[in-house]
Amino acid sequence: MAEALLRVEDLRVEFPSEDGVVHAVDGITYQVQQGKTLGIVGESGSGKTVSSLTTLGLTRRQGARISGRIMFGGRDLVSLPEGELRSIRGNEIAMIFQDPLSSLHPLYKVGRQLIEALQAHKDISRSAARSRAVELLGLVGIPDPQRRVDEYPHEFSGGMRQRAMIAMALANDPKLLIADEPTTALDVTVQAQILALMERLQQELGMAIVIITHDLGVVAEVADDIAVMYAGRIVETASADAVFSSPEHPYTWGLLKSIPRLEASRSEMLVPIPGTPPSLIRPPSGCHFHPRCAYAQPDHARIDPALEPVPDDPSHFVACLLEPEERRRLWAELKAGRIPEQALADVSAEGSS
Amino acid sequence: MTGYVIRRVVWGIALLIIVCALTFLLFRIIPTGNPAVLRAGRDPQPQLIKEIERVLGLDKSLPTQFWDYIKGVFLHFNFGYSYYSQQSVLSLIRERLPATLSLTLGAAVVWMVAGLSIGIISALKRRTFWDRASMGTALVLISAPEFWLGLLALLLFSNDIGKLHLFPGAGSYVGLTADPLKWFTSLIMPWCVLAAGSAAVFARLMRGSMIETMDEDYIRTARAKGLPERRVIRQGVRSSINPIVTLLALEVGVLLGGAVLIEYVFNIPGVGLLAYHSIVQSDFEVIQGTVLLASMFIIIANIAADIGYAYLDPRVRYS
Amino acid sequence: MSDPELQIAPGPGERAGEEPLVEARDLVKHFPITRGVFLQRKVGAVKAVDGVSFAVRRGETLGIVGETGCGKSTTARLVMRLLESTSGQLTFDGQDITKVKGAPLKAIRRDVQMIFQDPYSSLNPRKTIGSIISEPFAIHGLLTEKDERRKAVQELMETVGLNPEHYNRYPHEFSGGQRQRIGVARALALKPKLLIADEPVSALDVSIQAQVLNLLRDLQRKFGLTLIFIAHDLSVVRHMCDRVAVMYLGRIVEIGSGDALYAFPRHPYTGALLSAVPVADPSRHGGKRRLLTGDVPSPANPPKACRFHTRCPKAQDLCSIEDPPLEDKGTGVLTACHFPLTREEVAEMGLATVTQSTPAG
Ligand SMILES: Nc1ncnc2c1ncn2[C@@H]1O[C@H](COP(=O)(O)OP(=O)(O)OP(=O)(O)O)[C@@H](O)[C@H]1O
Ligand SMILES: Nc1ncnc2c1ncn2[C@@H]1O[C@H](COP(=O)(O)OP(=O)(O)O)[C@@H](O)[C@H]1O
Ligand code: SF4
Ligand SMILES: [Mg+2]
Ligand SMILES: [Mg+2]
Repeated sequence: MAEALLRVEDLRVEFPSEDGVVHAVDGITYQVQQGKTLGIVGESGSGKTVSSLTTLGLTRRQGARISGRIMFGGRDLVSLPEGELRSIRGNEIAMIFQDPLSSLHPLYKVGRQLIEALQAHKDISRSAARSRAVELLGLVGIPDPQRRVDEYPHEFSGGMRQRAMIAMALANDPKLLIADEPTTALDVTVQAQILALMERLQQELGMAIVIITHDLGVVAEVADDIAVMYAGRIVETASADAVFSSPEHPYTWGLLKSIPRLEASRSEMLVPIPGTPPSLIRPPSGCHFHPRCAYAQPDHARIDPALEPVPDDPSHFVACLLEPEERRRLWAELKAGRIPEQALADVSAEGSS
Repeated sequence: MTGYVIRRVVWGIALLIIVCALTFLLFRIIPTGNPAVLRAGRDPQPQLIKEIERVLGLDKSLPTQFWDYIKGVFLHFNFGYSYYSQQSVLSLIRERLPATLSLTLGAAVVWMVAGLSIGIISALKRRTFWDRASMGTALVLISAPEFWLGLLALLLFSNDIGKLHLFPGAGSYVGLTADPLKWFTSLIMPWCVLAAGSAAVFARLMRGSMIETMDEDYIRTARAKGLPERRVIRQGVRSSINPIVTLLALEVGVLLGGAVLIEYVFNIPGVGLLAYHSIVQSDFEVIQGTVLLASMFIIIANIAADIGYAYLDPRVRYS
Repeated sequence: MSDPELQIAPGPGERAGEEPLVEARDLVKHFPITRGVFLQRKVGAVKAVDGVSFAVRRGETLGIVGETGCGKSTTARLVMRLLESTSGQLTFDGQDITKVKGAPLKAIRRDVQMIFQDPYSSLNPRKTIGSIISEPFAIHGLLTEKDERRKAVQELMETVGLNPEHYNRYPHEFSGGQRQRIGVARALALKPKLLIADEPVSALDVSIQAQVLNLLRDLQRKFGLTLIFIAHDLSVVRHMCDRVAVMYLGRIVEIGSGDALYAFPRHPYTGALLSAVPVADPSRHGGKRRLLTGDVPSPANPPKACRFHTRCPKAQDLCSIEDPPLEDKGTGVLTACHFPLTREEVAEMGLATVTQSTPAG
């Protein structure tokens, strides 16, 4: 395998707060290959945003304590001085966010915001930057870019705003685009447009993408590889096909089985994950998932499972203490629609916690 | 937008008439003394008082008096005459306007520059010593009466009665054209004292607004684009100022009220001092002239603030 | 306009000829757009709901889907009588409630309850769970005996899977899913005839959504609830609803049984919606996406005739001239389209729903 474009190793991000230290990211490791898409899935508060902001060095000024390594182009972004990091931001690594309206400055014209992005890294005249801005807006499929470049974000529709954000991110031909829930605030039809746009741009420009989302459908559409995050850790990572066809972690099963699917029969039961996501100030001991896991054994509350490859797929990693055969058996049952008793046992107990 | 401005101006004029009526009534209903008696001198003959009342028009009914006054103001731009000096109110005000404008405009500059910059720096250095010290001082200044601040400044810094002989004391004001340097030095203290309260209010407002904005998503976007921190802060300042602009007009009123006191304390021969003396002397038409002038300023400031706000915020501009 | 609901054959488990619980005919709600600060002039109207007809039978769940701003919530608020309709007729339980006021309106407010989207802001943070759930009793002056009321509330809490001992706790002590249960308990307190759920799970975490959806489905079965379920997530609607209405720009463009509609969408808009849903299965990416281009037009100035013609891949001249009626195109589903999708076209789109469900009709 070629050298990865981005290699995150044992990254930890902690925020000291009044109630205690928030362990937002608790030792995660992943890689992004050149020109490929990695999907990071997990529910809100699992540390997805913090880990990607840290890649750009944007959690530093929030008082975060950061350890581990983020290797990009032979440099470690964790220890890189602010000045050098700034020349990477928006240049080699670009980022787009969940809410395109609040992510654009409301008082500046879209064109000006694009020009700013260009001039931050290139010595380029205003008029040249402006015509490049028009070109970029055209590239992301905004109709009539000549006129639109002089409009304000509030004059754009939600989908067009996200397109404008993407145009801004592409301004300096980044090698990596980090998209943090880029379609969560959008309607399905617009979401489909934006995802198609991202795929097209990836093919044309050859950049790698990290897409963060809580929607398994979205990662299934666009990701080559998937990392599943829970409570600040990666619990499973593999190729997209492997995650959907033979998921190994009980949390991944929970995610797959708790969303209604279009193609499923109406009588199929949803299997909710009982309980609620844990506090990251005092995360559960041992396997972070054990309080909500239907298959937890007593020692899972003590032992920290390591992210290890599964027996016959060296690129498929999982952090679970169950025996591999046991996991296969349980998934086979779930997949066949037979819901193991354990999985339902705890469901109604949620209210009494 | 033009329609809006026209409506605002019409409303402004209506408001001026209302203000006129209110002051007119206020000073005639509350017993401040009959100006005719005050003018007639020691131990006056009832005859003389009657005669003065007739000359001043005080014997007519209140509505007629009011109507005459309004007619004068709006048709002939005549604000009446001082009962004492016989000078026209307009010329009295015109004479004193430069001093007041020097004081208030200068104070406004101090107020804006000091208030906004202290607010911005405090927001950026949140929870540091500087932040706490400046916000603490601001709190003191907001609650301190200007009158008292002015006296304190004189006792500390004036070159006559002060502890440190730094600035010219009370009564040293000269016109800008007469002696620019002296004009400037004599106004330093009044400017600062008059601006202190408003500057403190604005510093706190700006700090709050700036802290809020710097947490916005678009500031994060600006950083993610790789903009230098200086440019990021500029984006923050740009949107933090907006909500403050709407409060500008409110503070103009406070500033004008303060000007009366400051002119009195520092003995600056401005419209404020004129207003003060005319109130003491029940010089109705002069009172009305000054109140009208002040109201006009406040109304203009309000309209200007609204237009400025619309200009600053495209979301308002287009709706 | 033809009366679409009369054309629906009774579904399984429904008694033929029974009158629907709710019936809306040509409901219209226009919000005026005004200019001017002092003298407000009307310069136009947002046509939020513009001629909507549907019926909800007793014991069934009607889903309403559509993109943001298409008028789902407005329709719900019209049925709740929280909004006065501009025109149209609304029948509830055999009674014309379009214009009722006073006591009869209060009775309707009692029989129709709502569950809101945001479990965080819809609960008063200063009240205990007990008093929040018993609020409806207080409003309608029921169960004035303190012990009785407490007992009823605790029963409700049990029904929705909350621990009755938490009677005296405050909303902030509960998670999002639990707060939504509190909302459900409050809505059920008066044994309403109709429950309206407006995006009840959109604000919840994925792992929590299933808890609330399962709860609603359990209650549906247990109490035979009649439910109007509004969501923008087509999979959730499919899972929850017997019948589904698809809205676009203030109109229902297609309405019918969920199975039939998802298996063989006739309206090109329904087709586009379904094909836009990302499928959580990387091996199923065969079909050709029908991506809509452009944005939804403004509801203040919607396109003439068929409102979808500006974005419709099948539009022809007729579409911009004549408004298509909502009628059965042969699958038992009512579709408002001059040129409905054919089986071949749907097959080409490779919808996930087609291959597995047996197409109805
Ligand atoms: N009180 C109101 N005044 C003016 N316009 C309104 C009002 N309420 C709703 N609208 C407009 O009516 C249209 C339909 O709104 P509605 O809330 O019913 O949409 P919705 O389908 O529920 O959307 P969402 O999925 O975003 O909840 C929108 O264009 C909306 O802006
Ligand atoms: N600046 C911060 N200070 C303290 N805690 C934070 C900060 N930013 C994020 N967190 C916490 O870190 C955790 C992970 O957050 P986030 O990465 O935003 O989650 P996600 O993107 O997966 O929804 C959350 O518990 C959040 O409250
Ligand atoms: S380690 Fe145990 S508790 Fe954790 S996921 Fe695996 S089975 Fe569940
Ligand atoms: Mg996030
Ligand atoms: Mg709504």
